[in-house]
Amino acid sequence: MAITVKVMRRPTRDTSYLRATLKGMSLTFQHLFRPKVTMEYPEEKSTKDWTISSRWRGTHRMLTDEQGRAKCVACGLCPQICPANCIKLVPGEDEAGHRYPLIYEIDEFRCVFCGYCQEVCPEEAIHVGVHYENSEYSRDRFVYDLERLCAQTHPVSTLWDPSDPKGE
Amino acid sequence: MTFLLVSSAIKVIVVFTVLMLGVAYLTLAERRICAWMQDRRGPNRVGPYGLVQPLADGLKNFLKEETLPPHADRWLFLLAPAVSFVPALVTIAVIPLAAPLPTPWGDVPMVVADLPVGFLYILAIGSLGVYGIVLAGWASNNKYALLGGLRASAQMISYEVALGLSTVAVLLLAGNVSLSEIVARQSASPFTWNVFPLSLAFGIFLVSAFAETNRLPFDLPEAEGELIAGYHIEYSAMKFSMFIIAEYVSMVTASALVTSLFFGGWDIPFTTWDNSAPASVWKTAATGAMFALKVIGFLFLFIWVRWTLPRFRYDQLMALGWKLLLPLALLYLATLATAIWYLHEPLGWTYGTRFALALFGVNLAFIVPLVWILDRGRLIGGAVERGGA
Repeated sequence: MAITVKVMRRPTRDTSYLRATLKGMSLTFQHLFRPKVTMEYPEEKSTKDWTISSRWRGTHRMLTDEQGRAKCVACGLCPQICPANCIKLVPGEDEAGHRYPLIYEIDEFRCVFCGYCQEVCPEEAIHVGVHYENSEYSRDRFVYDLERLCAQTHPVSTLWDPSDPKGE
Repeated sequence: MTFLLVSSAIKVIVVFTVLMLGVAYLTLAERRICAWMQDRRGPNRVGPYGLVQPLADGLKNFLKEETLPPHADRWLFLLAPAVSFVPALVTIAVIPLAAPLPTPWGDVPMVVADLPVGFLYILAIGSLGVYGIVLAGWASNNKYALLGGLRASAQMISYEVALGLSTVAVLLLAGNVSLSEIVARQSASPFTWNVFPLSLAFGIFLVSAFAETNRLPFDLPEAEGELIAGYHIEYSAMKFSMFIIAEYVSMVTASALVTSLFFGGWDIPFTTWDNSAPASVWKTAATGAMFALKVIGFLFLFIWVRWTLPRFRYDQLMALGWKLLLPLALLYLATLATAIWYLHEPLGWTYGTRFALALFGVNLAFIVPLVWILDRGRLIGGAVERGGA
């Protein structure tokens, strides 16, 4: 017995193969001359349709004061809150009693880029950055020391503001 | 004799080189045009505007690993790419490419081999192409490849019939099977181009040519959605490349054939200086460029259709070939033969613009009801109840 297929009753203008073909051909031809949506990445990194969000959480940056010293006071909050345990901090203290980091290292491979370190920092010293191009020739280059964190120049993340959820 | 041999050898080398280069750039053109139609840019990294891309593709294919499936029929497996590659290439030999080129030793016709049976040669060699695909499908010892090969044989044999019958009309009108003669007959005015007196034959030929070259909407032998890659699924590296080159060469040949049979070959429209007697280099160059332009136009059509239309269902493909194109071609041929006889004998007209336009009227009498029937979706269409709507 032949298999019966339920078929729809539809008007000719919806089902005509010829008309559909011609319509399709004219559509594809028009698309030949439409502006292209491709962003040619290495040359252009943002277009008028797309720019990276200011809330992007990328590789870290340590801000510095006027004398070029890291703002960090080695309070130990960031290694405490870090869920990935990627921050290594050894605190030190100078003669005047100011605390500063002897060793401050972030393992960017362990980091999950949650941004808690930036949220928790009382001195606004450590920040996650708006930055995403991280290629190196060896794995140990991904452990950023204090000097390297201070030398980063990319913009810092604004994170998510609960009072302004849409970023306006 | 020496002159013939030397000139033929030069023509073979030149045509082969131009054809292979053209095919390489055709793959690039296909990728670029496809990208533009999808609002993308396409390959533009290798060289300026991506123009060296075909070279990179070729190099990649040469360096890739050749694989040989353990259960394949070794000799047929190795033979199949060549069997599909060679017929695709040799078909172009009888197509006249330009006006004759004058040399100190006499005029050289711009056709590799001006066979008196030119058109029959094309039909014969064109049918050989299916062997490569069927052998590839069978020798791979793979169910998908075999299905692809089976589909290819069924499809190509079905459409070969319609293709042959539609061109019989051209032969009737030209009274000759030599392609040079067919081209010469069309040169009087743009209205004597066979596309006017034989427009329906042109339509049938074009549809069949798409099916013969396995291009969308007739690419069932490959059908990546159902058969993964069809007949060339087990092939890698240069052997795979040969199938692709063969497909593109058949595209070029089909375009050149449509141009020669229906669009006046190398004839430049609205002028007669290009086909009058004294041959000159300038004339050869201009007509050659004209021929290339027409061929490129049809190649664009091939690409354009591919990136627009979806694939036919298998039963639709067979229905279109056997239930529509074949009876239509037969009926058309009978009518047209009568019309040509009537215009020649009782009316005593000679072939010219008036003759062509009269035949065009006969074609219109076919095309109008045909379009009306097709438009109702009676033969190919979506899921519509028979007799409904």
